[in-house]
Amino acid sequence: METLEILQIVWFVLIGVLLVGYSLLDGFDLGIGTLLPVLARNEEDTSRLFNSIGPVWDGNEVWLLTGGGALFAAFPHVYATVFSGFYLALVLVLFALIFRAVSLEFWSLDTSNRKIWKATFFIGSLLPSLLFGVALGNVITGIPLNGQMEFTGSFFTLLRPLPLATGLLGMCAIALQGTTYATVKTEGDLQARARELSVKIWMGYLILLFLAFAMTAIFNNEFIKNAGAWIFSLVTYGSLIAVRTAIRKGEDKKAFIASSVSFMGLWGIVGSLQYPALVRALDPALNLTIRNASSSQLTLTVMLVIALVGMPLVLLYTAWVYRVFKGKIQ
Amino acid sequence: MDVVLLSRIQFALNAGFHFIFPPLTLGISLVILVLETIYLKNGSEQHRILSSYVVKILALIFSLGVATGIVLEFAFGMNWSAYSRMVGDIFGAPLAAEGVFAFFLESVFLGVLIFGRNKVSKKAYWFSALMVFFASHLSSLWILIANSWMQTPAGYEIVEGRAVLVNFLEAAVNHSTLERFLHTIVAAWISGSLFLAGISSWYLIKKRDQNYARILLSLTLSIFVVTAVVQFGTGHAHSVQVAKTQPAKMAAFEALWQGQENAPMSLIGIPDKKNKTTHFELSVPSLLSFLIYFDAGKKVQGLDEVPDDEEPPILLTYLSYHAMIGLGSFFALMALIGFILLVTKKIGNATWYQWILLITIPLPLIANEVGWMAAEIGRQPWAVYQVLKTVDAASRSVPAGQILFSLIAFSLIYLLLFVVFIRLLVKIVKDGPEKIAQTREAGY
Repeated sequence: METLEILQIVWFVLIGVLLVGYSLLDGFDLGIGTLLPVLARNEEDTSRLFNSIGPVWDGNEVWLLTGGGALFAAFPHVYATVFSGFYLALVLVLFALIFRAVSLEFWSLDTSNRKIWKATFFIGSLLPSLLFGVALGNVITGIPLNGQMEFTGSFFTLLRPLPLATGLLGMCAIALQGTTYATVKTEGDLQARARELSVKIWMGYLILLFLAFAMTAIFNNEFIKNAGAWIFSLVTYGSLIAVRTAIRKGEDKKAFIASSVSFMGLWGIVGSLQYPALVRALDPALNLTIRNASSSQLTLTVMLVIALVGMPLVLLYTAWVYRVFKGKIQ
Repeated sequence: MDVVLLSRIQFALNAGFHFIFPPLTLGISLVILVLETIYLKNGSEQHRILSSYVVKILALIFSLGVATGIVLEFAFGMNWSAYSRMVGDIFGAPLAAEGVFAFFLESVFLGVLIFGRNKVSKKAYWFSALMVFFASHLSSLWILIANSWMQTPAGYEIVEGRAVLVNFLEAAVNHSTLERFLHTIVAAWISGSLFLAGISSWYLIKKRDQNYARILLSLTLSIFVVTAVVQFGTGHAHSVQVAKTQPAKMAAFEALWQGQENAPMSLIGIPDKKNKTTHFELSVPSLLSFLIYFDAGKKVQGLDEVPDDEEPPILLTYLSYHAMIGLGSFFALMALIGFILLVTKKIGNATWYQWILLITIPLPLIANEVGWMAAEIGRQPWAVYQVLKTVDAASRSVPAGQILFSLIAFSLIYLLLFVVFIRLLVKIVKDGPEKIAQTREAGY
């Protein structure tokens, strides 16, 4: 295999790693936001939940920014096609993320308008949780592209059955991250509520996973033959069983870890199905793949050096900061 | 309306609104680092409380910087997909590096500054302040590397219509990176220091929290005095670099209609593109040639030597550049007076000067905006100088109606955010250092 080919594969995996990092870490604060109206019965609950994510949510969101930057650098055509093609959907995501980013700070300072800033955090979390999965479902299902790699559909092209199912599935996975994390960080009524909610979401997660599974198998005849997809499916199902067991036994940390593993499994399924494509076109000849969408060998090499130098440090001090803020919120 | 124009207006809005906040973050993180260093050295409670107070101001500003910054990370793909395809091989890497090296560092350690005073050791807390300072500056380095490459592209070759990286170091440290970085960093320190000096002045005028206010004022005013003067040097270096690497931009800065030896420097005036003349102009003969080459006799390239279809918009470029220089000169004058008041120890009682500090808080931010406008509008019609024109850079699959919708929505959202930001800033200031310093040390 040539160096360029190896680098393209490495970057396919690394983009996946960044998306996994985003899903697991920002997943739990997005999940808490999405379930805020159900989880928080009063201002004290809200305060405790916000405190559980306050010091770390911003660093968690950086995984998305870095993922976006890395996608731009490693596969510029994918970045260009998807971001311009899904314009309206991403505009909605941006509005949500803008409000989300200021909500905690505004909630804390603007004490007379707390209801508003709680609501913006809720909607600001709900929309991305849903829309990221819808977007992903579309690049798996295939989108209308022309020979210049440009999207030729409309906003409503994005709202097809399978993408909607993956959107809801993603939202469940994010919500489960949120409830299992909240269970770890809180005590008393709030914790009990989070635990109950975990069970309900777990049911929804399982049903939607089945549904998405069946739909993918019908629409995509490669699915049955894809060994990787089967293996990662087993990982996801297995870890979901572990989530349920851990919740029953009251092993909160295990539940959170198992939920995280199930999320990794989902990404594993996506990666196995997509490879070597990043974005599927309705006409498979027009797929954006790791070969026709990638940057040059030099850029991929420079980026790899940046990742190898930078990311271990990121993991190191991120782990440190989680240790600093570990324990139950008082 | 056409897609390119709408995309340009939207990008200007997004970047322009965003650019209010990061310079403040940089300047304020410097002040926090100094306060924490003093606290670490001599354990001064007042410095600790002041630092905790300033951290809360930073937290508010930073949240707006993050909110508006996410938009920019998406904007290249959304509105400028042709640009992203053509230069992604080079332009994407600094954006990714900014995330890997700077954003993570900045957000993680800012979390410690805001919430961790009682959870980490004194030294670890000081180290967090250092990391926030370092990371915010590193972040601006990467983003300015990206911007500089658009101004003075290097280290690439064109292969099948796309810019391909051939030398990373040359692309990163291109012909304008260093000058732009220094000029922008100093601008950020001016912005942050004057911002806090203005706030301290308010307490002195109101005769409350005066002990805190005096400490903060003398520290921030000292930073302002130095940076406002240093900025002449970095500004000069940056202008010389522009004249040498982007002569069309310099010609537009100065509305220099004819290339000439002994080129004059224009002080004020209103350029008239149609008649190729500048009305009501006041200028100093030979000064432009002298400033660029240290030789009045040297020739400076004029607009007559720029092909018509490569000429930047003259009026806006000229006015924004001169507004920046005007404001910079005003800051230098303020700095001189501030210096005298500091050394004669009269600053605490100079209420008139405290009023000036208070009401000039927005001026550095305006100077940042017009300086940035001069740099970006002066680069037109190019998105990447002499490589890719802006008209060829916009997305092809996005309908104009959708951009109009997002533009209107962004405008309304930013207006709302700005109003709330100002209201909460005023609230923080009114609550005062002691009350604000305690908030959030035990959480929200």
